[in-house]
Amino acid sequence: MNKTFLARVAALACGMLLSFSALAAGGGSGLLQAGTDISDRASLQRGAKLYMNYCAGCHSLKYLRYSRMAEDLGLTEEEVMTHLNFTGAGFGDHIVSTMPADKASEWFGQVPPDLTLITRVRGSDWVYTYLKSFYLDETRPLGWNNTLFPNASMPNPLWKQQGLQHAVFGEPDESGEAPVERLEISTPGTQSPAEFDQTVRDLTTFLEYAGEPAALKRQGIGVWVVLFLSFLTLLAWLLKNEYWRDVH
Amino acid sequence: MSNVIVRSVNGVWDWFTERAPAFMPFYRKHMSEYYAPKNFNIWYIFGVLSLVVLVNQLVTGIFLTMHFKPSAEEAFASIEYIMRDVEWGWLIRYMHSTGASLFFIVVYIHMFRGLMYGSYQKPRELVWIVGMLIYLVLMAEAFLGYVLPWGQMSFWGAKVIISLFGAIPVIGNGLTEWIMGDYLPSDATLNRFFALHVIALPLVLLLLVALHIFALHEVGSNNPDGVEIKKGPKGNRWSPNAPADGIPFHPYYTVKDGFYVCFFLIIGAFIVFFAPAFGGWFLEHDNFTEANRLVTPEHIKPVWYYTPYYAMLRVVPHKLSGVLVMFGAIAILFAVPWLDRAKVKSYRYRGLLSKVLLGLFAISFIWLGKIGAGPGTDPTETIIGRFLTAYYFLFFLTMPLWTVWDKTKPVPDRVTMHE
Repeated sequence: MNKTFLARVAALACGMLLSFSALAAGGGSGLLQAGTDISDRASLQRGAKLYMNYCAGCHSLKYLRYSRMAEDLGLTEEEVMTHLNFTGAGFGDHIVSTMPADKASEWFGQVPPDLTLITRVRGSDWVYTYLKSFYLDETRPLGWNNTLFPNASMPNPLWKQQGLQHAVFGEPDESGEAPVERLEISTPGTQSPAEFDQTVRDLTTFLEYAGEPAALKRQGIGVWVVLFLSFLTLLAWLLKNEYWRDVH
Repeated sequence: MSNVIVRSVNGVWDWFTERAPAFMPFYRKHMSEYYAPKNFNIWYIFGVLSLVVLVNQLVTGIFLTMHFKPSAEEAFASIEYIMRDVEWGWLIRYMHSTGASLFFIVVYIHMFRGLMYGSYQKPRELVWIVGMLIYLVLMAEAFLGYVLPWGQMSFWGAKVIISLFGAIPVIGNGLTEWIMGDYLPSDATLNRFFALHVIALPLVLLLLVALHIFALHEVGSNNPDGVEIKKGPKGNRWSPNAPADGIPFHPYYTVKDGFYVCFFLIIGAFIVFFAPAFGGWFLEHDNFTEANRLVTPEHIKPVWYYTPYYAMLRVVPHKLSGVLVMFGAIAILFAVPWLDRAKVKSYRYRGLLSKVLLGLFAISFIWLGKIGAGPGTDPTETIIGRFLTAYYFLFFLTMPLWTVWDKTKPVPDRVTMHE
């Protein structure tokens, strides 16, 4: 009697969750799989180093503090201040680019956006794909274009590692514009394609962390909370059965 | 030794009841001597669950107000401050944001339960009306709260929703400016929405919830059979005057609800700890970008719980008509107790017609929600949306007819136990 009832409750709940997660998972729009894992501390540390060297000059992480990053990535204050902090900011300060906003708009046509929450807005797969989608385009002011974000103002920051990518164009459509069919590396960089994928993955992992530092411990705590609640539910169920024994 | 303790506890208790003589009668009326039908099924837990979520929203909300800055300059950053620098702030915030969506899930199921078992029929019309007022206030409360993080969707969602009032002839424009305190959603808007969200509407909500429960306890709960236990035979183990099919709310339903509440908390914890944004349904991706009145998002849409009505607004080609249809869709729910003319309450003893029409109603509501959450650019979808909107209204408008036409089965004298 109670078993079928319980099974029905469980089925109802699972059904609700499943249908919602099916809704939530909808829409794969041709993005590459980033394959990030924020529990991989080495990847996070490599990503932080890449970010500070290749991105932080223009893009702030204004909601993330150097000190918090050190704590979460297992780095000492000295390591962060000598190897990762190039702006002269204090250890407890937020990671803010020193590029003046008016100069930035002059150079790039717009102020480079803050990237603290970029993976929460666009998703990790988008960031990963974007960083791999730069190609040389002489028609653009800085000589770079991007297939995922056409006419982005940003040049490829990792061109030394990736090498130079060219677009291979397909047949022109009705409007006379030829779509980019695929990207090809014309001049090899310092890294092999597999090494470069890992570089971009590290950077994306770091940005995913920056978007939600709490995510590092959220799931670990969640396991205990769910276990505790399951035990409590069992007790509550036994108590309920005890009381309901005499209701017919 | 124990005598001393027993005597002092009893002494304090006597002191208290002497000075608060209404306390025990109140407790008995609403708990230990509130006789609820013994045949409640799982559909009957969603009222209690919405109370649990309400408490969650109040408690987490209080802690959020301690760190949130209600100004256009600081609001967005203060949310990130809560997520990063406040101890356990991320948990409090996720509990609040997840709670908002769960509130609507349980309230929608609770309302559907009412439709299934005819819980709004005589003598429970007032319970239904107060419940609908709660739903209305809840939607306003959720909208105000959604604006507070001051992300792109907060700003543009607020702009779209407030501009609906602009469709009202003559006073429309003045009214939208009066609501916003500006020509656009701005610092003044955010500040007043904060006041309304944390003080005004929660007070109204609590008052209405109390009225909802008192109104219910006055007439007694309905049940899956739609049998009036008060009209049935009298006398049970606890009282010779109580309905024979009733059992004391406490302890029977408190322990039963306790079990379901724990189970519900597991589901809540799963979302909070493992999928707090819920794939962009509970916390929308675009709302992680700070509000910017110069950049219009590609795709402005409200949170999922408004999308059925938002779909109605969009599929109606004329703005004022769309607004009227949208508000009409909620207003018509108030009339349900008088639209249903069936002789029986529960769908268990209604004919196939009623069951099919109610099932289609649920499907059309969910489908409208799906359309409202989409980009709204597909013309076929717009046509489907019009049909579904028409069905939504026809379901209620023709209710006086089909509830009479439909065959009913004989209702038993006593409640039936299925579990």
